[in-house]
Amino acid sequence: MGNIGVLIEINNGSLKKINKEALSLAKSSGNDVYAIVFSNNIDSFSDEFKGIKTIINIKTDMDDYKPDNYAATLSEIIKKYSLNDFIAGYTSLTRDMLPRVAAKLNGTLVNDCIEIDLENRTIVKPIYAGKLLQQYKLKDEYNLYSIRSNVFKISDLDGNAPNVEEFELINVDELTKINEVIKDDSGNIDVVDAEIIISGGRGMGSKENFEKLFDLATILKAGVGASRAAVDAEYASANMQVGQTGKVVNPKLYLAFGISGAIQHFVGMKTSKVIVAINKDADAPIFKKADYGIIGDLFTVLPLLKEELSKID
Amino acid sequence: MNIFVCIKQVPDTEAALIVKEGKSISEDNIKWIVNPYDEYAIEEALKLKSNIAGSTLTVLTLGPKRAEAVLRTGLAMGADLAVHIENDEYLDPKTIGKALAGAIKKTDDFGVVFMGKQGIDNDSFMVHTYTAEYLNAGVATNVTAFEYKDDKILIEREIDNGAKDKITMSSPCIIGAAKGLNSPRYPSLMGMMKAKKKPITKLTFEDVGVIIDNKLIPEKLYSPAEKIKEAKIFEGDLENSVKELVNLLKNEAKVL
Ligand SMILES: Cc1cc2nc3c(=O)[nH]c(=O)nc-3n(C[C@H](O)[C@H](O)[C@H](O)COP(=O)(O)OP(=O)(O)OC[C@H]3O[C@@H](n4cnc5c(N)ncnc54)[C@H](O)[C@@H]3O)c2cc1C
Ligand SMILES: Nc1ncnc2c1ncn2[C@@H]1O[C@H](COP(=O)(O)O)[C@@H](O)[C@H]1O
Repeated sequence: MGNIGVLIEINNGSLKKINKEALSLAKSSGNDVYAIVFSNNIDSFSDEFKGIKTIINIKTDMDDYKPDNYAATLSEIIKKYSLNDFIAGYTSLTRDMLPRVAAKLNGTLVNDCIEIDLENRTIVKPIYAGKLLQQYKLKDEYNLYSIRSNVFKISDLDGNAPNVEEFELINVDELTKINEVIKDDSGNIDVVDAEIIISGGRGMGSKENFEKLFDLATILKAGVGASRAAVDAEYASANMQVGQTGKVVNPKLYLAFGISGAIQHFVGMKTSKVIVAINKDADAPIFKKADYGIIGDLFTVLPLLKEELSKID
Repeated sequence: MNIFVCIKQVPDTEAALIVKEGKSISEDNIKWIVNPYDEYAIEEALKLKSNIAGSTLTVLTLGPKRAEAVLRTGLAMGADLAVHIENDEYLDPKTIGKALAGAIKKTDDFGVVFMGKQGIDNDSFMVHTYTAEYLNAGVATNVTAFEYKDDKILIEREIDNGAKDKITMSSPCIIGAAKGLNSPRYPSLMGMMKAKKKPITKLTFEDVGVIIDNKLIPEKLYSPAEKIKEAKIFEGDLENSVKELVNLLKNEAKVL
């Protein structure tokens, strides 16, 4: 195998955690690693790149994402530097960008990998919403992988500082033109990025009651999730839904309030390190999947929990 | 306008999946359904069709004989034509994209192609983008709002952190439909009766100009090792339960 490329996404001036995971994975192969960074200011985080060979820097802001131009640029870079294996995080940006790049290269992409053996180009990814695992072998000239967050270990930074090469953004016909990005200014943490998730189900009873979960989330720096029943009842917005037709999450702690634990919900959160269920029905299926549980009324538990959590720092 | 919808047939989400010889799932007792995201695609296509007089809506699937059922559902919901690329073999997403593009290209003035953002079987999340590339068309994925106005296509789609992109495209283009786009209708009884009689065009790989050359090879299919969980469950005195829970999360599980 040849060189390995890693796509870096900058978030508020620093590397996303998943990029550190991707870089560690790439470095562990022992091959030359190239980090592709779309940014106007790479000096502020150049320490993160110790031990890789080259940073390829495209001087533009990731917030100014232009799908066609970015895909054209990245596929040219991959060809020019013979990055026959290319790793990125499985994020909303790469869900858009990587398939475009793979298609332009006439290469092969696998999304959401949880195991990667770069030497043999074999990977494992969950399919059927995680009910089964599929091992694949990639046999293309260009092989691209996106990785699930919180799965691959971050190794210590060591080695020499890389050299930096600049690459011009390639402008092509814009078939898909982003006119405007409407930011969510609520300050809520997206469940996909959250290390702790507090989720509510139909048992929450109303949109107002969901505010109690947001309260608790502020204390824990957590994201707030929801079951489909809660989304359908308009207690919570669609982008909070966890499960088969919602988001797949992988936090260290998942707290489920008033969620019964249907299979379509479970498949979206079952890899959580620790699952806690609060439900008044002792027979709710969620208790069979939890590590800890409280049988009781969530409206009694919530204020008690808030009080108890406020005590720890 | 010639509107297309690509529909994939997938196992019902409730289906208990049994692995056969480490290779494929056992098809005994499986109920097959229209991929849920493709239902949003069909609904949006029907809405567009009713807005553009004289337009034609074609539903397209690639799959074995049984996949005909999803075309019947599409026809029953209101599609005019159906195309089936019949195939029993495993195909990688790139090959599927090429074949779908090949079938769509047979109609030279195709307009908007609606697809799902993801199949709930392999969760590969890319066939619509491959298809777009091989059609040289624009593509937007995870689409939650769609409007066709003055020959322009205006789209909203969700990205991370609750943010949204507003996108403009022109026809031809591919839409990767997501939840929230619309509420799919149910096929009417009358529609289902009529759909039974409508013809389905069959295409081969030769017809769509694709030579099968998979680069993504499935090697092993297996069930994840499920942690056997002995949950610690508290009941009764809730005040003490909560105290004990927080203590365990902090000191035993070490997640706080
Ligand atoms: C194709 C398909 C896709 C789907 N995708 C998803 C998905 O992505 N995500 C998803 O979540 N679901 C999904 N579903 C729906 C899923 O099957 C369930 O219907 C849904 O998860 C149930 O949500 P729930 O647990 O909030 O509601 P319910 O099943 O109604 O459970 C509510 C729970 O709250 C408890 N409760 C009520 N009041 C209180 C109280 N005061 N204190 C404590 N506990 C209380 C009850 O005991 C009950 O267990 C999908 C279904 C289909 C068919
Ligand atoms: N075999 C197929 N036949 C028709 N459409 C398909 C097929 N495979 C994928 N698609 C379309 O591509 C979308 C994305 O699927 P995937 O990339 O497999 O997750 C689906 O929602 C379908 O619209």
